[in-house]
Amino acid sequence: MSDLIIQLSQWLLTLTQGAEPWDSYARYLPRLMDGVWITLQLVLLSGVIGFLMAVPLALMRISKNPWLWVFPYCYIFFFRGTPLLVQIFLVYYGLSQFESLRNLGWIWTDVLSQPYWCAIIAFSLNTSAYIAELFRGAIQAVPKGETEAAQALGMSQRQQYQHVILPRAFGIILPAYGNEVILMLKGSALASTITLLDLMGATRGAISRTYLSLEFFVLAGFIYLILTAVLIGFFRLLENLFNAHQRAQDMKINNLDPQIKDKHLEDSVR
Amino acid sequence: MDLHGFGHLLLAGTWITLKLAFTSLFFGLILGLLGAAAKLSPIRILRWIATTYTTLIRGIPELLLVLIIYFGTTEILLRMFDKYIEISAFAAGVTALSIAFGAYATEVFRSALQEIPKGQRESAMAIGMTRWQTFSRILLPQLWRVALPGLGNLFLVLLKDTALVSVIGLDDLMRQAYVAAGFTKLPFTFYLMAALIYLLLTIISMQVIRLLEKRANRPWQGARS
Repeated sequence: MSDLIIQLSQWLLTLTQGAEPWDSYARYLPRLMDGVWITLQLVLLSGVIGFLMAVPLALMRISKNPWLWVFPYCYIFFFRGTPLLVQIFLVYYGLSQFESLRNLGWIWTDVLSQPYWCAIIAFSLNTSAYIAELFRGAIQAVPKGETEAAQALGMSQRQQYQHVILPRAFGIILPAYGNEVILMLKGSALASTITLLDLMGATRGAISRTYLSLEFFVLAGFIYLILTAVLIGFFRLLENLFNAHQRAQDMKINNLDPQIKDKHLEDSVR
Repeated sequence: MDLHGFGHLLLAGTWITLKLAFTSLFFGLILGLLGAAAKLSPIRILRWIATTYTTLIRGIPELLLVLIIYFGTTEILLRMFDKYIEISAFAAGVTALSIAFGAYATEVFRSALQEIPKGQRESAMAIGMTRWQTFSRILLPQLWRVALPGLGNLFLVLLKDTALVSVIGLDDLMRQAYVAAGFTKLPFTFYLMAALIYLLLTIISMQVIRLLEKRANRPWQGARS
């Protein structure tokens, strides 16, 4: 065991003294940065498209008409219940099975056979299912008094959704939406499996040329951590803007079972 | 759906996927418990290690973790012993998935431990139980009930993350679908089939989790309604 530790520390020492991996880092950093840009594009584009798709899905999902809710139900269930990798492969490799799609002209050559657009399609479909489910919960969590107040003012159903329920639901899902975007960032690494040169793909490219696998994986992990931190900060900011009315008080809901909750001890637990 | 004789391969892959998921669940739960214990311990360095662990792992993609473990471990072994020792894709997959599961489970266990009223711990101490007895006889049984919904969600995530291990060549469901798709030139058929099998596994897991939750909540059912 002590042998191992000596070996490991010697290796760590060479890291600080030798020219490698710093030379390779310097050489490949521009490509990794291009990869970061692609990763960000994937996350932002699919985040926006997914969000736009999620709103109608959620509205259909909460309808009481079975013809309306059955499609979003199955859609959400499928995309939440299967791995993202399968979904990407279904779009990128799977679609080529259909002759009719391959004869569509530019839609096929410029969109459906391009890894970039396939990744965006797959990520948007995937994330829209998750966001729709969040949205459904948020719409149902809008306090009943607010819809009643809107009704009392004589608002139509449409006006209620437009002016009261949806803006309120948006504020409610923001923290969860932030989590979903971070999951999307992590999921976007899968785009490298369909030959896209996102951060992960660029890293693997650099490794295949330099054979410095550990060094570049660690560097990529570091960059992903920074991206995560930036996204978290951005969503904190958004939350502050949208939920300004809650900023002062701590709205944390304690969903503890009342049976085992002893209030007089609570303050000392946390 | 005509599977061109690849049906049994998909089944074999499903079996490996399940083995991978349950082995990782086992080690992940242990890691999660250790992590939660470390996060709530009075020793500062343990808390620091646990926080670093969860922050790091939750901030990097699972795919990257799988690749780091698989290629990184071989490289460290290579540098230490000067010869190429290949570790199996299964072992690398279990390690990576347990580490990822453990990081999220740490948070679930930590908040569950905090939800258990302090009075429980104090009464255990008052009747002279040791720390280990308090943990195993008083806290753990209650922890299970509170943590179950969170852990159930994490298991569903874990089940889907097993597909990532196909990237390093483990013959799981995903990889078998890939192989079959390459042979038959019917990618959509086979990926859809794989997706449906994953969906089926998800449905079964959800039912089992629901049963477990029901069982864990038995003492409270009468009182609530």
